[in-house]
Amino acid sequence: MESNIIEILKKSKSLILKNWVDNQFSSQALNDDLISSEEIKEQSEEILSALLRNLNEQNINNIDAPEFDEVIEALSDVSITRAKLGFSPKETGIFVNGLKNAILEVLETELSSNPAALLAATKNIYNLFDNFSIITFETFIRGREEVIIRQTDEISEISTPVIRVWEGILALPIIGTLDSARTQVVMENLLEAIVETGSSIAILDISGVPAVDSLVAQHLMKTVAATRLMGAECVISGIRPEIAQTIVHLGIDLSNIITKASLAHALKFSFQTLKLEVRKQQTLVGVK
Amino acid sequence: MEKIPILKMGPFLLVTIQVDLYDRLALNLEADLIKTISDTNAKGVLIDISVVSIVDSFMGRIIGNIASMSKILDAETVVVGMQPAVAITLIELGLPLTGVHTALNVERGMDLLRSKVNLDEYNNQDDDEESTDDQRDH
Amino acid sequence: MKKAQMISVITKQSMLIQQDQDVVPFRNRVKECAVKLKMGLVNQTKLITAASELVRNMLKYGRGGKVFIETVSGKNQLGVRLTFIDEGPGIPDIALAMKDGYSTGKSLGLGLPGTKRLVNEFEIESTVGVGTKVSIIKWCNG
Repeated sequence: MESNIIEILKKSKSLILKNWVDNQFSSQALNDDLISSEEIKEQSEEILSALLRNLNEQNINNIDAPEFDEVIEALSDVSITRAKLGFSPKETGIFVNGLKNAILEVLETELSSNPAALLAATKNIYNLFDNFSIITFETFIRGREEVIIRQTDEISEISTPVIRVWEGILALPIIGTLDSARTQVVMENLLEAIVETGSSIAILDISGVPAVDSLVAQHLMKTVAATRLMGAECVISGIRPEIAQTIVHLGIDLSNIITKASLAHALKFSFQTLKLEVRKQQTLVGVK
Repeated sequence: MEKIPILKMGPFLLVTIQVDLYDRLALNLEADLIKTISDTNAKGVLIDISVVSIVDSFMGRIIGNIASMSKILDAETVVVGMQPAVAITLIELGLPLTGVHTALNVERGMDLLRSKVNLDEYNNQDDDEESTDDQRDH
Repeated sequence: MKKAQMISVITKQSMLIQQDQDVVPFRNRVKECAVKLKMGLVNQTKLITAASELVRNMLKYGRGGKVFIETVSGKNQLGVRLTFIDEGPGIPDIALAMKDGYSTGKSLGLGLPGTKRLVNEFEIESTVGVGTKVSIIKWCNG
């Protein structure tokens, strides 16, 4: 009985393809710019051919059969490409399900006189396609993760500017979440900048940081210690009230660290330390 | 065998570490330095490690020793030019460089020494002597 | 201490450490390995400093020994693995040796806790009267 199904599917290949592609176009309406109709037809044809080429009575209920590797590879390619293009997981899921539905439509018509066979075939197809769905889901996620990793790298590069606010004084405003890895990058940048510019004071402003955990707090303290070891000083400014609270609750001792409420305060402190004075200019009296 | 040169710069001595210190060399440096401090009545020692890429606990001990010995002879010690990677590693290692001041470079180091050290004694001694030989190389 | 994960060895070399003068060439060999893997400067420094600590221990307490320098590949990155093997007196109380005792700063002892902080994996085995084996791994992305 099984061989009938495979024969039926192979015979109805073009019908299945047409139904599947039409199905995609109708739910495709919003994403014409992401992928062209030709590409859709090509991708669908490739997968359907791979499936029919490798499907036989032995492996129809065995997803792990090596013959399906080709199909899985083709599905994964489509999944990753679409993930990177910005397709939603739903759209990619519809893609896979569309084929399942197209196949089932054909089987329904052809096996209408044999409900038992239809039921068996339906079960097998469902199982097979459930597994295909899972695989495409996994590869989709992987595709997105690659995008995230690349973006994370890009963000790290631009996110820690070092500003020479005055001769001998550096400011590093940090914006965004500080995690352990980023704090280490900040530490290295800060120390390198101190050497390069010969600055005596570095102000680390964390007013743009929403939260600090104990690991990050430890790294901040190591940063201050390393700065001192090199012969310079590090001031931390802009600690938000919530962070101050977290730090105390975590039992972290910041008594050895110089902290100032804002970058402005830290700057004033730096001037004082370097024995610099900021004065208002004297206006000349009686000049006509 | 190589010897690490000690330069006299007024009331201070400058030691530039350019090679990896091994035991014999390090011990000789300690001895030379102490003797020179005593001979010249130096008030400060600058240890320049700007070319040193690895400071382990052995090196840390040497620096600590030099600082302690110098202090006994009434001289302050400043370590200058520590590389960022070295600073980060030392903090992680937990090496306490006690009794050692640090500065970014030789110039700052000298400023630091001048602010910490009583140079009267040294200057008086210079007045007494006929010649001021400031370029004694070892 | 983590259980052994899937680590495969890419290159392997060994050096005999018998006297002070062997320390610097050993450090240089480790540096070469790290540089070949394009390890960042800070991680390199931590690795070589840890190597320096352990090799000095081996000389001072272990009466010298052998070091294996390997480049390895782990979960999804490359790293350097160093294994120090000596036939010295051994460490009677490893737990004590691994305790952080830097409060006095006077005698730094074996410096094991500090060394452990510099690397990613740290394993130590020791039997009194037989010898000691210390193995460390520093991954490229630390």
